[in-house]
Amino acid sequence: MILTLVGVSYGTLDGTARRARGVGADIMIRPPGSSLIGLSTAPISDRLVGVVAQQPHVALATGTAIQPLSGFDSITGLDLDSFSKMSGGFHYLRGGPFKTDQDMLVDEYYAKEKGLHVGDKVRLISHEWNVAGIFESGKLARICVRLPVLQDLMGNSHHLSQIYVKADSEANVQQVLQELRAKLPGYPIYTMEEFTSLLSINSVGMLRSFIGVVIGVAVIVGFIVVFMAMYTAVLERTREIGILKAVGASSGFILNLLIRETLLLSLLGALVGILLTYVTQWLMQYTVPASLTQETVYSWWPIAGAIAVGGSLLGVIVPAIRAVQQDATEALSYE
Amino acid sequence: MSEQPIIKVQNLYKTYRAGDVDVHALQGANLQVERGEFVSVVGASGSGKSTLFNILGALTSPTSGTVSIAGNNLENLSGPERAALRKRTVGFVFQKYNLLPTLTAEDNIRIVQYIGGRGMNFSPAFREILDVLGIGDRMKHKPRALSGGQQQRVAIARALVNEPSILLADEPTGNLDSQNTTAVLELLRRLNRDLGQTILMITHDQDAAAYGGRTIRMRDGQILD
Repeated sequence: MILTLVGVSYGTLDGTARRARGVGADIMIRPPGSSLIGLSTAPISDRLVGVVAQQPHVALATGTAIQPLSGFDSITGLDLDSFSKMSGGFHYLRGGPFKTDQDMLVDEYYAKEKGLHVGDKVRLISHEWNVAGIFESGKLARICVRLPVLQDLMGNSHHLSQIYVKADSEANVQQVLQELRAKLPGYPIYTMEEFTSLLSINSVGMLRSFIGVVIGVAVIVGFIVVFMAMYTAVLERTREIGILKAVGASSGFILNLLIRETLLLSLLGALVGILLTYVTQWLMQYTVPASLTQETVYSWWPIAGAIAVGGSLLGVIVPAIRAVQQDATEALSYE
Repeated sequence: MSEQPIIKVQNLYKTYRAGDVDVHALQGANLQVERGEFVSVVGASGSGKSTLFNILGALTSPTSGTVSIAGNNLENLSGPERAALRKRTVGFVFQKYNLLPTLTAEDNIRIVQYIGGRGMNFSPAFREILDVLGIGDRMKHKPRALSGGQQQRVAIARALVNEPSILLADEPTGNLDSQNTTAVLELLRRLNRDLGQTILMITHDQDAAAYGGRTIRMRDGQILD
């Protein structure tokens, strides 16, 4: 459970970073006061794109608006011409670019998850869209529509969620960054490299707290399950423990036996848990490829293993000590 | 000077609490068993036979009185010393066999030998005992695959694997049919006669008691003769 949730958290962030890199921009401007991930409004005036584009060494600037949908999905409004110039354009697997305002482009995973084909009608944010093209994943977003159409539907005309900037050469990126930061105080402005590196569990405060809560719950649930399982196991084995005591086994021998068994079980459990993460990974890939991505986070294997072993051992100590202190005659008469 | 009795019980009392009631299970019992004897203890239910068995096997402590087993005064023994006595000096055979259900017959015996600090391999002398018990072909089976008689023979083998001075048997034929009862009792008699094994067998069956060299009777927590 822990490994799957950690894997999903890492995978989702890495997916976001991969798509951000796919934009082809060098610099990203986000709204003042915004968090690293998640955009629920479009507070930047689209006139800022023109201002930014006029800056020295700026080759191109383009803005996008993002409207969150249910779950993990969001819909992105973009200016296809400038976006194509910046990113090299979408690689269409089926269909092609927008022709009308009702047209929508979706990436291959979203299309697969929702069973969409070119020409299908999709109703999103109270609007009926026509799937015009399905593009190769890894560029900006999973669902794209024309920017002005989305802005109107959001009731936020001429406003953007973020602006992407491309410098005229790689050597000038830092200079452009400094100038933009000086010109637009209060706006979080990152190089794309910086932005993607910030997309890690520790940089996203909310996610770090979420993971902490998940691990905490997993540890508590795991502890209770193991404790109850071992307590029941010891109860069921009361007679066996009585037999061992009757034939002269010391308390240390019986405790040693129970602890070694617990260690073996918990390590096997951790191994099965690791194998199960591959099953959940496969399930997510085939059932919800657009929403959730699960990565294998190797650094968490020993942590999850330690939680399993530590929880099991703590769970076994109380009933084990109780069992060995029990009178052998009482234990032998246990049915 | 004559040899000390292997079991010597003097003025033994045991009172335990069952709910709100004090049960006086033993009320001044006295007993002596010589090395190499096969003694049967008979008595009705509630006469204190099993309590005596548990005290002699150091499974529980008496309320008062003295018990000496192979020269060890149980009163002076700590918990680990009692465990040591159970692993080397006393072997148990129970009415319900008390084999570990997840282990094979062989492993049930081996684990007791291991606990006794005698390694995992059976000695040639013990292999002869296994031949006498006639369970050689059932050793790889788990208890659930064995008949009651076979399980009790495995239990006897287990009780003897560490060469105890005393074999304590509590109603060893209580769960067996007449054919297996006879077989097990004959085995006990043979172990006593041929190998000189000291045996104290508790039973409520007079016919079974007759296999012993001496029969003593218990009533109301006392030994009558």
